[in-house]
Amino acid sequence: MTQPENLLYSKEHEWVKVDGDTAMIGITDYAQNSLGDIVYVELPRVGKQIEQFGNIGVVESVKAVSDLFTPVSGEVVAVNDALESDPAAVNRDPYGAGWLIKVKVKDAAERNNLLSASEYEKIAHE
Amino acid sequence: MSTQEFDRTYSPLIFELGQDGRANRYVEEGKPLDAFLPKDVLRGDLPLPDNSELDVIRHFTKLSQRTFGIDMGFYPLGSCTMKYNPRVNDAMAGKREFAQLHPYTPDELAQGALQVMYELERSLASLFGMAAFSLNPAAGAHAELAALLIAKKYFKDRGETQRDKVIVPDTAHGTNPASAAMCGFKVISLPSDERGRVSVEEIQKVLGPDTAVCMMTNPNTLGLFEDHIAEIAAAVHDVGGLMYYDGANANAIMGNTRPGDMGFDLMHLNTHKTFTIPHGGGGAGHGPVGVAAHLIDYLPTPVVRAVPALRKAQGDGAPGAPSDGYTFSLDFDRPKSIGPMRSFWSNFAHAVRALAYIYANGAEGLRRVSQLAVLNANYVRVKVAEFLETPYPEICRHEFVASAQELKKETGVKALDLAKALLDHGMMAPTMYFPLIVPECLMIEPTETESKETLDYFISVLRDIVEEAKTNPEKLTAAPVTTVVGRVDETRAARQPDLRWEPLV
Amino acid sequence: MLGAIGAGSLDDLLAVPEAIALKASLDVVPALPEYQIGRRFEHFAKKNPGVDYDSFLGAGSYRHYAPPAIAALAMRGEFLTAYTPYQAEVSQGYLQAIYEWQTYICLLTGMDIANASVYDGATALAEGAIMALNANGRKKLLVSRAIHPNYRAVLKTYCDGLDVQIDEIPPSGDGTTDLEVLTREVASNEYAAVVLQSPNFFGNVDALSQAARDAVAASETVPIAVVAEAISLGALATPASWGAQIVVGEAQSFGVAMAYGGPYAGFIASTKEHMRRIPGRLVGKSVDGQGRTAYVLTLQAREQHIRRERATSNICTNQAHCALIATIYLALMGKTGLRDVAALNLERSRELCSAVARIDGVDVKFSAPFFNEFVVDVHQSARDLLAKLQERKILGGVDLGRWYPELSSCILMTATELTTTGEINRLATALGEIVRVHARV
Repeated sequence: MTQPENLLYSKEHEWVKVDGDTAMIGITDYAQNSLGDIVYVELPRVGKQIEQFGNIGVVESVKAVSDLFTPVSGEVVAVNDALESDPAAVNRDPYGAGWLIKVKVKDAAERNNLLSASEYEKIAHE
Repeated sequence: MSTQEFDRTYSPLIFELGQDGRANRYVEEGKPLDAFLPKDVLRGDLPLPDNSELDVIRHFTKLSQRTFGIDMGFYPLGSCTMKYNPRVNDAMAGKREFAQLHPYTPDELAQGALQVMYELERSLASLFGMAAFSLNPAAGAHAELAALLIAKKYFKDRGETQRDKVIVPDTAHGTNPASAAMCGFKVISLPSDERGRVSVEEIQKVLGPDTAVCMMTNPNTLGLFEDHIAEIAAAVHDVGGLMYYDGANANAIMGNTRPGDMGFDLMHLNTHKTFTIPHGGGGAGHGPVGVAAHLIDYLPTPVVRAVPALRKAQGDGAPGAPSDGYTFSLDFDRPKSIGPMRSFWSNFAHAVRALAYIYANGAEGLRRVSQLAVLNANYVRVKVAEFLETPYPEICRHEFVASAQELKKETGVKALDLAKALLDHGMMAPTMYFPLIVPECLMIEPTETESKETLDYFISVLRDIVEEAKTNPEKLTAAPVTTVVGRVDETRAARQPDLRWEPLV
Repeated sequence: MLGAIGAGSLDDLLAVPEAIALKASLDVVPALPEYQIGRRFEHFAKKNPGVDYDSFLGAGSYRHYAPPAIAALAMRGEFLTAYTPYQAEVSQGYLQAIYEWQTYICLLTGMDIANASVYDGATALAEGAIMALNANGRKKLLVSRAIHPNYRAVLKTYCDGLDVQIDEIPPSGDGTTDLEVLTREVASNEYAAVVLQSPNFFGNVDALSQAARDAVAASETVPIAVVAEAISLGALATPASWGAQIVVGEAQSFGVAMAYGGPYAGFIASTKEHMRRIPGRLVGKSVDGQGRTAYVLTLQAREQHIRRERATSNICTNQAHCALIATIYLALMGKTGLRDVAALNLERSRELCSAVARIDGVDVKFSAPFFNEFVVDVHQSARDLLAKLQERKILGGVDLGRWYPELSSCILMTATELTTTGEINRLATALGEIVRVHARV
């Protein structure tokens, strides 16, 4: 799966989909593939204030655990509760049903710190 | 009516076997509980199954037959030192006067137990060059925590609370950073150099006034001797930090060199590795923690105090020792101690086992143990290197690492598959995927108690398996096939956790 | 072999830098042929006469009957010499046994989940407290002073490392925790957990009242229950019944030898909501490729070998062999046997209590219901009185003045199913004589 063009990416293998002042965040196909079968996702609570590139949670597979870093700052407004009972959604559909959180963006200019699809493509295959 | 099918691979749970009316009569029948206590503090039902002693014996005997121990075959688990557990140790630990001794027995009525602890502590102190040991911690990781708590308190007493960094090589065992985190320390990971060792240049980059402890093991988890250890210790001491020795690999150094002489201030031992305490399926372990002189006051309470007696003890035909004339006591009055690490004094039954093992060997015997451990490991290493990549092709100590990375590229067969294939040949697999810096890693530690025949058998089987990987990889990815179950669906186990049996409502 | 390696001698393999090569001679016990090891340890054994005294010692380590069938099974070489069951295919036996242990602990405590065991009851408390600290992010613990002093001391050792503050709740006059104080203190909403032991260190049943439960729930404090005498789980209402979310304790009473303090078997159990925070190993049930039932260590991503510094705990070993012993004990006893043992503990301890309460100058200190231990006030130095009993080869109990200055005239006495009427009579007679002598003085 190549990266969807309309998204922005972080070096830590997260993607961001911006919709007005709300950003939806998830992990990339490369990340889910590296981790293997995902068994649990630890996400921040709704209402939590998060800072760009800060550690906001964890993705667990059977044999590994990976920190989640948020690509944007802001307030968490929604969390994908479906992952509690179906963490495999992150493997199946990392850009769709496997979304993690939605954030009310604090500073639109932060986008300049993120990568385009082609920029991310380069580092994903390093 | 159903027929019970004979299936050697499956046992129902003990809960599924139970039936009312099958109770054993170990004690006399008790009166109803509400004869003694008001009903509102009593429980309702007690949903445990009753099973006859015969059914219990059969159930657990079958379970034991589906469990692989050192007693059954070669167990080359790197970093675990799976050497033979001599049965004399269990016989000594099982003595009535040890097993039935209550921990609050007054000191004067438990002098034998205290002397066992004293002799073990003194022997370990000398063997490893430390000023003193505490037998208090219950396991290696527990001792590690104790050591870091000692360091933390030591620095606090000196007003050096800015020291919050613990330096850990990237080859370290996972407990090292975990223990550091439990003390509120921040972990700095140190990259190993191309020789697989910690270099003085690399550590100098991270040393500073905020350095608390540097945690290392020697030989390291690659089985390689850290030859610059004295310089590293000096560099850490120069900035006022402390050196901690992870004793997991102590089997490689006895009678040869000592952590105390290398410059370590703190250390732990896993007596269930080096000193033959049985692993028992994953515990109980036993983790003495050792310190240099300036840290003695911080040891966990209690410590065993020994006062030489004024009169000589009477002979009784048993081999004497100077400490036979001493008076022993448990010393709780230690104001600088970090406190106790566990309910009572030590895993005493294991202290008995460890001391019995030291008695069986003496200093010279233990030196021989390490020599043979190193000899066996190097022998297996050079043979395995003929067909599997060994990333550090030099003299190793008691263990070495091999990598299946090349094999994976060629054939798709991974370290995991090689390990599973070994299980089909009546041997345990080596440690896999550790240390993290070697891809597709297999860590192999034969130990000194294995004969050359066993080692040759292991080498030839592994050689055949690697050959098979090149010609018939599907066979290996399907392994093991002769065991009672095949590879377990771990994803399902984690996604749908089923951690206990539930009674039918 | 040296030839195959290409080394000239063993010294080549063992070379170390000169500065750290061992030169001193080692001061280690001498090597003995095996039969002399037996003699040497006999020598040590004979210096433990305390094992033959009449004993009323308890206080966290208990003398109970362990059927020989336990040792016959547990000492089998497969169980004794196996490693941690990381290779599930060749460890199905041990894994199933631990799954059964986990289940037993849940059934006994009323919790949803239990782990594969921890070092002992005191460290189980420390680890359970850490779970609560991680659950709500608070930095203080509210702990009953009626909890075993060693357990509280171990908790303090761990909390000093984590910079967590511990506040204590005093006992009330009847020997239980002062629930009024508890209710008042949790209302500050600052405590991660409130901890009670039942039966507590004084032997008394100690639980949250409904009012206290409501206050604890309202303040979002995690209630933790501690169980030091596991036989009590066969009789008393479960900690779940009074609202505990985490139950920690000691399974030594289930057939594990007292062994001068260890090894023992601690347990940690919790409700479902704390599952991800539970430290240590967990055995889960799954299937293999052919759909056969298969057990495996699971949720390992919580543990130190994967999470490293972000692990829930640094714990590596569990107490597998001791947990196995406890599991076999419970299998042999069953609900009938465990109930009977609990009933006998209740009966003998009341027999003991009546016998000592009859003595002029000796009073039962607390009025709350007790399990198999209780406190007597001898109205003189407990330590001196126990020393006099010791002269008569009786270990009368534990001197509470050791930890509770206000109770320096008090002794904790314990009776179990193994305590005989003869032992009780000898104690009562001796105690009576000593007290009368003291009264005359």
